[in-house]
This record gives sequence, structure tokens and C-alpha cells, in this order.
Amino acid sequence: MAERRLIPTAGLLLVAAVLYMTLGAGGNWGFVLPFRGAKLVALLLVGVAISTSTVLFQTITRNRILTPSIMGFDALYVLLLTGVVYGFGGQAYLDLPPQVLFLFNVVLLVGASLLLFGTLLGRAQGDLMRLILTGIIFGTLFSSVTGFFQRLIDPNEFAIVQVSSYARFTRIETDLLAIASLLVAGCLIVAWRLRHQLDVLALGPKAAVNLGVDPRRGQLVVLTLIAVLVSVSTALVGPVVFLGLLVVSLAHLVTPSAHHAVILPAAAMISAIVLVAGQTIMERVLSLATPLSVVVDFVGGLVFLGLLLKGLRR
Amino acid sequence: MIRVDGLSYRIGEQHILSDISLDLPRGGISALVGPNGAGKSTLLSLIARLIPIQTGRITVDDLVVGQCASDILARKLAILPQSDDIAPRLTVRELIGFGRFPHHKGRPGVDDRRKVDAAIEAFDLEPLQHRPLDTLSGGQRQRSLIAMAFAQDTDYLLLDEPLNNLDIAASRSLMARLRDLAEVNNRSIVVVLHDLNFACGYADFLVALTAGRIGAMGPPSTVVTSQMVAKVFGTKAPVIRVGDRPLVQV
Repeated sequence: MAERRLIPTAGLLLVAAVLYMTLGAGGNWGFVLPFRGAKLVALLLVGVAISTSTVLFQTITRNRILTPSIMGFDALYVLLLTGVVYGFGGQAYLDLPPQVLFLFNVVLLVGASLLLFGTLLGRAQGDLMRLILTGIIFGTLFSSVTGFFQRLIDPNEFAIVQVSSYARFTRIETDLLAIASLLVAGCLIVAWRLRHQLDVLALGPKAAVNLGVDPRRGQLVVLTLIAVLVSVSTALVGPVVFLGLLVVSLAHLVTPSAHHAVILPAAAMISAIVLVAGQTIMERVLSLATPLSVVVDFVGGLVFLGLLLKGLRR
Repeated sequence: MIRVDGLSYRIGEQHILSDISLDLPRGGISALVGPNGAGKSTLLSLIARLIPIQTGRITVDDLVVGQCASDILARKLAILPQSDDIAPRLTVRELIGFGRFPHHKGRPGVDDRRKVDAAIEAFDLEPLQHRPLDTLSGGQRQRSLIAMAFAQDTDYLLLDEPLNNLDIAASRSLMARLRDLAEVNNRSIVVVLHDLNFACGYADFLVALTAGRIGAMGPPSTVVTSQMVAKVFGTKAPVIRVGDRPLVQV
């Protein structure tokens, strides 16, 4: 059944990873392995963070169209980052070690998203259209305010923010890898331990209460996990809007299962395959003619439209 | 026994329930009836901790609702909420399997599988067990949901308007199954019913709510009279008797 397809998926991921590490290496392994290894780890982290946050978000909102990025989590992260640079001034900001800055941003995003999305989910539960509209308005609002801040700040400081505002897979912030791995690992452990409760939460708040699972508590825990995971992926490669939607839809096709014990690893591996194989093709075959994020967002955007139209027709 | 003591509930300035005290007996079917907006569903939701209690106290046997751990109550009492769009992609068997969650917490054992099989058999769902819920008719879906609550293996089973959108054949067969559950499996069933005649025909105990207060309470054969219908529902309908059961002429 569905869980058996996890093994070929894992095989495919392994092949993609090996190809990424070895293709066109040119023999200088002492340089190539650590250099590409760090980028590979980053791609894997981003892939897992995005897919897991998307699965979790779709579980608590009970839909398969919305993702944290569509709801503006990434945009909120960039906004907070811009706000911090504006508030502190770029030099003071740069004097702090990047890990401290990153953790500071993570804490800010967790707080802000619990505040914003925690109340929103409490009120708009089950109202998909309201969630979509709010998400689109949030996303636009966050990026507009970010744009406004960026016009106010010094051009040198703007350069700091700009790096985080666009998706990029070729220049990854590798100095955050250690702390990012720790955070992602922590989130994955929590999500895995919650996997059965997540299955129940997906039935809806009333059914969850009936089965003895507190939906409000589940929502808050899950929102915290999402905020941490989104922080990691946005800090490493910037906002990628439609990757989560694309890979989770694929996962539901490949391994149709109601159990998070299947869908979480499936989505994570598919997400990693898309990123690693995609980046290999972009770097080695197409010699960086197009950024991977453009392709992912293009295909993912089509999937989003397709799902939306299908959902509206039903 | 479910004991409700001094229960009031309001939304803003609107009083939904005003100082309700009642005992729902252990065993048999208790029906909550009343006009639209009388507070029936609210009362049921409060008993099932779907909404938090504002004032008053509800106990289910020795468990205090709102104070005892939710997963302990989940092994004592199950609720079937009003027509829910519950996970349309689940198969009937997967849905019923979720009924065992309070017992196995995600790791189903042999006993859990046996109870799911028993629920599927008891509700004649074998031919449907691998079908996704969104391919079923309203009656079949309702039957699957009740089978899930049955598999939850609780002493108390609460149902909020289970006959909504069901035709007369499906309604009668559902009520007959509930009678079976009460008599054969010794479950206590509390059901919100829209149609007073279904309550007269199948319930052992009847609570009529009107504007958030208790209008009448007792066995249907003594409680349901044309005066009671006039008082609770505000309409003059003659009540005749068929055997020992009252019947409201509509």
C-alpha cells in the first residue's frame, strides 16, 4: 500500500543526492565534497522544513490549498527582519553573530504568528474562503510594509535585507547550517511524536474533542512548529512561495494516506528530491540559465490554480 | 447518569440556556426536543465539552465535565456532532478505526481491530468498508459515523440531530439501531431530535426545552399531550395514542 512507496522514494532521493555531489566534480574532491556537502545539507533542510510546515498547516486548517507561504509566513519573516534592521541600524545588526540574529528572528516570528494566525484560526475555522482572502491580504500587506521600510532605510542596510527577500538556491547562508539543523531536527521530533494526534486533528475540532485531543492546544503547538520551520527555510534560501503546495500535492498523489506517519516522510522526501534534483539540473545541465525558484514557483503556481478551480467547482 | 446542575449559557446578552437542572437516566434512549433555538444542541455540546461551561456543573457518572482529562471522558462518552464534513477522503474502515483512538492513542492492537470489525458488522458496512466517505449517500455516511462512535465503546453516546437530511426509511432504520444499542449493548443514548414523533416512537425519556428552559420532562407516554405541545412548541396539534405511544398529528 501507500507506505511501501516510501522505499523507492527514498532510493530516488539517494540517487539525486549522489548525482548532486558527483556530477561534473572535476576531480578536486578535497574542495568539492565539503563545498557541495554544505549546500546539499542546506537543500535537504529547506526541503524538509517547507514540506513539513505545509503538511502541518494543511492539517490544522483542514484544506489542501493553503500553505504557510501562501498565508504570508515567509513575508512576515522578511518584514520582521526588515523591521529589526530598520530599528537597530544595519551596522549594529551586522556586528551581532548571525546565529544570534537568526534566533532573534525565529522568536519574533513565533510570537507574531501565534498572535496573528492563532486568533485567525480560532475565528475562521472551517471557512476556507475567508482564510484564503485573509492570507492573500496578509501576504500583500506584509510585503508592502516591507517595501515601505526598505525605502526608508539606508542603501547599505538595504543590501542586508535584500539578501533575505528573494529566493535563491545558489547562494545559501551556510553559516547558519548547524543551528538550522538543530531547530529542524527538534521540530521533526515533536511533529513525529504528535503524528497520531495530527491524524485526529485533521478530522476537525469537534471530532478531535470527542476523541480526547485538545484542538486549541494542538493548533498552538503546530503553529509554533510552522513558525520555526518557516524561519529556517526563509533564512537559508529566502521565500519560496509554491514549493510546499507542489510537493505536498505530489505526496498525496504518490502516497494517498490519512496517516501523518506516511505523509510526513513522503512529503519530506519528495520535497528534497525536487530541490536536489532540480538544483542539479539547473547547475549542471542548464548552467544556471534560470533560478530553480522560478521554475518551482511557476509549476507550483499552476498546481495552486488547478486546486483552487477544482475546489471551487466541487 | 448524566447530571446537569444549575447550567446557564449565554452568548453576549443572549441567554441560550437558563438555569437548567436535570438527570438523564443511565440506560435507554433520552431525547432532547424543542423548537428551533431552544438550546438543545447547546446543551448537548456542553455535556460533550465541545463548548466550555460558563455557569453550572455537569457530571457524567463520577466524571466532572471540564475538570476531568479530555481523553478519560473520551472513553466514557462519545458525541456525533451535527452533520460534519468530516475528512471526506477517509474510507469507512479508517473512519471507524479513529473511534478506537481514545483507547490505543495511535497504536491499534488486536482488540482494537476486533472492535472495528464488530462495529462494521453491527452496522452492515462490510460492502462499503473500503469506500471513501465522499462517495457515500447521506444515510450511509451517518451510519458510518455512528459506527465510529459505537467502536469508541463508551457508556454514553450523544447524537445531535442524526436524522437531518435522512428519508423516512433511513431515519427509522437508524432509530431502530439506536434502540438496539440501548437494549442489546446496554449503551445510554442521548439524542437531539427535531421530529417529536420520532422521540415519541423510540425514546424512553424525553426532555422538552423551550427558550432555554425545561418545558417538560419524563417518559413520552405521560409527557406528550396537546397542552405540552402547545406550551413548548407554540402550536395547537392534537395528540392521539397508538398502543401506549403518543402520536402528534401534523
